[in-house]
Amino acid sequence: MKRHARQNMAPGRRRFVVGACAFGGLVLAGRAFDLQVVRRDFLRDQGDVRHVRTVPVPAHRGMMVDRNGEPLAISTPVWSIWADPGPLLEAPDRWRALAKALRMSVRDLRARVHGASDKEFVWLKRQLTPSRAKEVLALNVPGVGRRREYRRYYPTGEVSGQVLGFTGIDDHGQEGLELAYDDWLAGHSGRKRVVQDRLGRVVEDLELLQPAEHGRDLRVSLDRRLQYLAYRELKTAVAHHGAKGGSLVMLDVHTGEVLAMVNQPAFNPNDTSERSGDIVRNRAVTDVFEPGSTMKPLTITAALESGRFTPETPISTAPGTYRVGGHTISDDRNLGTLDVSGVIIKSSNVGASRIALSMDPGALYRTYARYGLGVSSGSGFPGEASGTLRPPNAWGRLEQATMAFGYGVSVTTLQLTRAYAAIAADGVLPPIRFRKVADIAAEANQRERIMSSETARELRRMLEAVVSPRGTGDRGSVSGYRVAGKTGTAHKVSAHGYADKRYRALFAGFAPASHPRIAAVVMVDEPQGDYYGGLVAAPVFSRVMAGALRLLDIRPDDPGDHLVATTAGDS
Amino acid sequence: MTALALGVAVTLTALGVVYTQHRSRAEFVALQHLERVQAELDTQWGRLELEQSTWSTHGRIERIARERLDMRQPDFDRAEIVVLQ
Repeated sequence: MKRHARQNMAPGRRRFVVGACAFGGLVLAGRAFDLQVVRRDFLRDQGDVRHVRTVPVPAHRGMMVDRNGEPLAISTPVWSIWADPGPLLEAPDRWRALAKALRMSVRDLRARVHGASDKEFVWLKRQLTPSRAKEVLALNVPGVGRRREYRRYYPTGEVSGQVLGFTGIDDHGQEGLELAYDDWLAGHSGRKRVVQDRLGRVVEDLELLQPAEHGRDLRVSLDRRLQYLAYRELKTAVAHHGAKGGSLVMLDVHTGEVLAMVNQPAFNPNDTSERSGDIVRNRAVTDVFEPGSTMKPLTITAALESGRFTPETPISTAPGTYRVGGHTISDDRNLGTLDVSGVIIKSSNVGASRIALSMDPGALYRTYARYGLGVSSGSGFPGEASGTLRPPNAWGRLEQATMAFGYGVSVTTLQLTRAYAAIAADGVLPPIRFRKVADIAAEANQRERIMSSETARELRRMLEAVVSPRGTGDRGSVSGYRVAGKTGTAHKVSAHGYADKRYRALFAGFAPASHPRIAAVVMVDEPQGDYYGGLVAAPVFSRVMAGALRLLDIRPDDPGDHLVATTAGDS
Repeated sequence: MTALALGVAVTLTALGVVYTQHRSRAEFVALQHLERVQAELDTQWGRLELEQSTWSTHGRIERIARERLDMRQPDFDRAEIVVLQ
């Protein structure tokens, strides 16, 4: 029967069926060719656009640690929440829950998403803690994803806020050392290609286009322990004297490393709301003031170096006043005839003026300039001020006299500390470093001798006598150690000339006087009540220096009868 | 004969390509997993470092030493300096 049917099939019909099948096959093949070969690139691109994304691989910023490796600034991962507006706009019923989890109002959220409706990416909220981010993602809202970023934390908080500075939301330095060493610290994020599903979740990592380069760690010169000590003492003193503010700088006299640098008032860099205005300024480096009597040792340096004065040269300061160019320079009382040492020990303005006026202005200027006055210390700290030191041809007689005791010239706390470090370091001016110096010997040839070691030794002897019961700086002393220093009390300038009741109390010094290691300057701005440097700033110096000498394990050079010598192995 | 050998070689290398691609995918997935673990540990390390740093703040130690443990720094008059020679 079958046979019969087949035999009976009309040939035309058979050809038609075969032809139709062949045609259908050809159409399919043609379409396949069209898709696979002719439009292949276009279609693949379109597919990739919908699924393949290049996303950044976050790199973290290097840590800042103190000279002993204790952390000062750490980047820790946080999550930022982003959205693909497309899918999110299709799910308006979830917005209320999402906004709540993000701690935003629904209106803000809507504005944010609508504003980016033509894009594929918009940040919803940045830098959430891992637990908060988890809460948001648990909602499983379409088009919402998270991305890892880093946030900077400063464990020492306001103790080192102004020195370290802070970073912005993009993880780049904005102030302080974060800004100065941004290139060193910054990481460079990499890129990778990933496949995402319709809801924006990463389904598969395809390839790494560029690996993330993490930032390098920075070992700064600060010592966290000294930093805290200095902060605590300065804060206490500023509060106790009702002062407007203050600064304290402590340097290693040989390497020029900044061991501690604090200011009052301070701010906490962890709190973004505090990061504005004047308070973030590192006043010890950016603000200048007239150094008052702390300038006198610099003047005496010029006198001793000229060869015309020795520490024993007599200077008459009677009757305690001295008229120069129509103005009267005066001491607290008539100190009679002093020698050059006495001018420093008793802090005589008249004596310093007489010495300065007997000298060539050019020689004075050169000495001041060698001490680093009027030029930036080269520390590289952002916004560092250079202070003012006018050229000698612009000086009148009055200026020449007043500069000798610190008026008509201005310095930063850092510059003043550096000048005293030079006296301490046998006459060699150290370069200022905010990074720990690894190789002290290699640094040595970069330093500059600014006076003979003989002059430096004589100055140290005078400054040591200041910190004794017969000097003005007795309260700067540290038991067990010989301390050298100088007090200063400077009238502040106001719009109407020198203000009557506004002062700066200063103390500049170093210890141990026999083999100096640390120099420090304490500046207290507008103390109320007592305002003498010897009463306000010297005790702060004493306490901070005592702690620093102990913490740095520096051997007492005036141990009295507390010394017990023993041989190694004895116990 | 040559054609046959070449055919076999092509088939083998083709299989090789498929295999290595598979391996590379698998290794990449493993790498990604490890990177996630690393990120997780990084997070934890940062948190612990911060925590340690916070606990060991000098202000806190000093407060505890002074207030709770009633400690104080001895005066220099009561100190003895021992020098090892």
